[in-house]
Amino acid sequence: MTTLDISSPGSVAAAGDAVLSFEGLSVTFKTEFGEVHAVKGIDLEVRPGEVVALVGESGSGKSVTSMTALGLLPSNARVSGTIRVGDKVVGGLDGRGLRNMRGNDVAMVFQEPMTALNPVLTIGDQLTEGLQLHGIAFGKQATARAAELLAMVGIPEPERRLKQYPHELSGGQRQRVVIAMAIACDPKVIIADEPTTALDVTVQADILDLLRSLKDKLDTGILLITHNMGVVADMADRVAVMLKGDLVETGTADQVLNHPRHEYTKRLLAAVPHLGSGPGQFGDVAPVVAAPEDLPALDLGNLVIEYRRLGKPTFRAVDDVSLSVAQGEIVGLVGESGSGKSTIAKCALGLIPAASGSVSILGNDFTRTRGKELKALRRRIGVVFQDPASSLNPRLPIGDVIAEPLVVHKEGDDKSRRRRVLELLDAVELPRSVYNRYPHELSGGQRQRVSIARALTLDPELLVADEPTSALDVSVQANVLKMFTALQERYKFACLFVSHDLAVIDLLAHRVVVLQNGKIVEQGPREEVLHHPREEYTQRLIAAAPVPEPLEQRRRREARHALLAKLGEDVAELRVEEDYERPRPRQDEGGNSSGLGGLLGAGGDGSS
Amino acid sequence: MSDIRNSTPGGEDYEPQISATGTDAVGLAAGGSADPLPGEDKSYSQGQLVARRFFRHKAALTSMIVLGLIIVVAFTSIGTGPIPGWWPKDYTLQYDKIGDGAPTWAYPFGQDTGGKDYFALVMRGTQFSLIIAFSVGIISTIVGTLVGALAGFYRGWVESVLMRLTDVFIVIPLLVVAAVLGKTAAGWGIWGLALVLGLITWTGLARLVRGEVLSLRERDFVVAARAVGTSSWRIITRHVLPNSVGVIIVSATLAIAGAILLETALSYLGFGVQAPDTSLGTLIDEYQSAFATRPWLFWWPGLMILTIALCVNFIGDGLRDAFDPRQNRTKD
Repeated sequence: MTTLDISSPGSVAAAGDAVLSFEGLSVTFKTEFGEVHAVKGIDLEVRPGEVVALVGESGSGKSVTSMTALGLLPSNARVSGTIRVGDKVVGGLDGRGLRNMRGNDVAMVFQEPMTALNPVLTIGDQLTEGLQLHGIAFGKQATARAAELLAMVGIPEPERRLKQYPHELSGGQRQRVVIAMAIACDPKVIIADEPTTALDVTVQADILDLLRSLKDKLDTGILLITHNMGVVADMADRVAVMLKGDLVETGTADQVLNHPRHEYTKRLLAAVPHLGSGPGQFGDVAPVVAAPEDLPALDLGNLVIEYRRLGKPTFRAVDDVSLSVAQGEIVGLVGESGSGKSTIAKCALGLIPAASGSVSILGNDFTRTRGKELKALRRRIGVVFQDPASSLNPRLPIGDVIAEPLVVHKEGDDKSRRRRVLELLDAVELPRSVYNRYPHELSGGQRQRVSIARALTLDPELLVADEPTSALDVSVQANVLKMFTALQERYKFACLFVSHDLAVIDLLAHRVVVLQNGKIVEQGPREEVLHHPREEYTQRLIAAAPVPEPLEQRRRREARHALLAKLGEDVAELRVEEDYERPRPRQDEGGNSSGLGGLLGAGGDGSS
Repeated sequence: MSDIRNSTPGGEDYEPQISATGTDAVGLAAGGSADPLPGEDKSYSQGQLVARRFFRHKAALTSMIVLGLIIVVAFTSIGTGPIPGWWPKDYTLQYDKIGDGAPTWAYPFGQDTGGKDYFALVMRGTQFSLIIAFSVGIISTIVGTLVGALAGFYRGWVESVLMRLTDVFIVIPLLVVAAVLGKTAAGWGIWGLALVLGLITWTGLARLVRGEVLSLRERDFVVAARAVGTSSWRIITRHVLPNSVGVIIVSATLAIAGAILLETALSYLGFGVQAPDTSLGTLIDEYQSAFATRPWLFWWPGLMILTIALCVNFIGDGLRDAFDPRQNRTKD
């Protein structure tokens, strides 16, 4: 497919002129505790057909920057500097001008497709709304155009989909609908705020392919906001790195990712786990020491877990899964959402019952233990959850949180408990002063350290970690993983490590188990499963995981496309018909839009 | 491992700062007006934090002082039981009337039709109203919290039984039960009335607490506690209820304010506190016809009811703000 030569509508002049530019953008929020300078005078521009990635960790101000382009900041924000979208200056527009600009000139693709779509409206209603508001098409024409848009983003049977509601679509399809809505009015620039963060890796790869073809075929500029360096390597032409409201480095993807100049960029890149490089990046994993005759720390035999549902057949979340974790071994449990990996983790903790099969912890069958014995068994298992914000009781100070398991099992007195807590705080590299602090006073990474310390309080033989680093920024994740390997070496616990991130598993695990729809697809030693996968599903998963190096990622992308071709599947791309007509908003049809054009012009002139 | 104190707001190395306005939770130190005390590594206990936040809430603090004054004056002026008060006149004795009984220096609240000292009467009424209000508040809060927490935490048949019981209490008209039972209970004195009112007004709180517990029991920290082997009772008392304290406190203050009004209504209808004793509602009932001619007989007890109810509500508001550790957040 070749790039279509379509001249852009409106007044965008020669190619190369920026479609979105920030000049000296500065944003301040007034809060209860004084002013917060969220963005500190940055300059950035996006040209047609170009993807600019804005990279940074949470709180760096990247989302705030993008919101200024749409004029969508809360009322306590003060914006200075000039933001241009095409030929319009955002600061000079009134409410009506802004509404007209949003969708027409600049559109947004949000992170979470479920919340970006209105659950009580059909897909068709939501797609045609934008078309009708901007006067592009009405009635039947709008419906036809909506179907055309859905077909463009690769949704099969578009006419039928128009009548469906968002919950009837899968996550990937929902994100395609969001993209279809974004391109409905043919904006000059699309702002994609973490467009793939909520998606599985294979779906992520598809959505990225789609976005890439979008800029190639429609010549749209894309401002891509992300924290995932792999996505940056896959998509970006240029990269801007943001730190605490400042742009610390800008350049082409190759410059920034391969030859970073700024200290922060280097640190950020060093923290990204690389799939395929194996362990060692964040400290070596100790080899398994358990003798074969030792009892396994966790042994699941033909495990079946079912959820009963009212008025519906029972749902089998886990189907005939057998796996074992030897003492001192880390087993990575990998799979996409809905594969049953968290369910298995919960079952291994004895929190949900098994429908059939056995769960045994160091030779004790969990399903048959009751009362005191059960409590004694739980003593030997620790747990770390994904979300550090919800896994600590907000009412208890950190010292109490970590000491709680000791109190529950009536071990030691106040003094020895305190000693143990301080020892653990040292082990997870937190200052002892957090002893009396409350969870909300700590950052996400610090909270996750507390969570790990709590899991280790009773010196468990088995640790169940359910996505322990997924909610953390990448540099924080690196620190936590480093600490985790050190702790594992020191305490020699066995670990069931659940994650969707193959790179993290590659760093830590001795063995890997791949799950799909509640069944085990493949299991074996790490090198075998992750580096020489036998099963097609594993190959797909690995092919879809992006790596933070543009050339390598391009090679991987092409390899993935080859793999998909071999499996007889299409690569996701924007399907643009040869006779595709660009929608023309009404103000271009000759001054009949109640002076809207004049208004916009005046606004633009006024402040430029 | 890098130095943990090398701070990056919002990042891994971020070190929280204690400021005059509580704790800076979102890393506002950069531009904040807060005055972080350098080198100070002090943490505040939960109690201290709650007190700090409560005392910053001006309306609550004022209400606390006003309510405290009312309580002290009501109980010390005419005394309770065998303990005599500092006010020289007795609420049961009739004195010579001065003029039409309008407020004077000798009788600051005036005199009623029979020449009784109205200040003494209102103080006696306030005592009774306060006793009823607080006992009802406490009883209904305990019952409601217990029912709601058990229903929400255990689910299953426990929930079915308890919530259907709640429904039964809700569908019976409150005032009718209160009137019928109150009449009987009034025979046991004021405490009987308080007990009865407390045992029929817990339903709203039970529902609120159940809802709160339902969402809390799915949170990771509760799951983590279960995984460690914590007993259900300990989970409820240590992890679940402390996190619903906001709902409980607000509801308790509403219950207290509601109890004052309920007692007033009952007494006004003649089912509450019986003569020769008196309550604020009884006083209003007795002198409602005097509203036009001798307004002080209506206004003093009315004003007292209003002030107490308002104070309690403000205090509840302040306490809820103070108990919520996320109060200092500006994001979300």
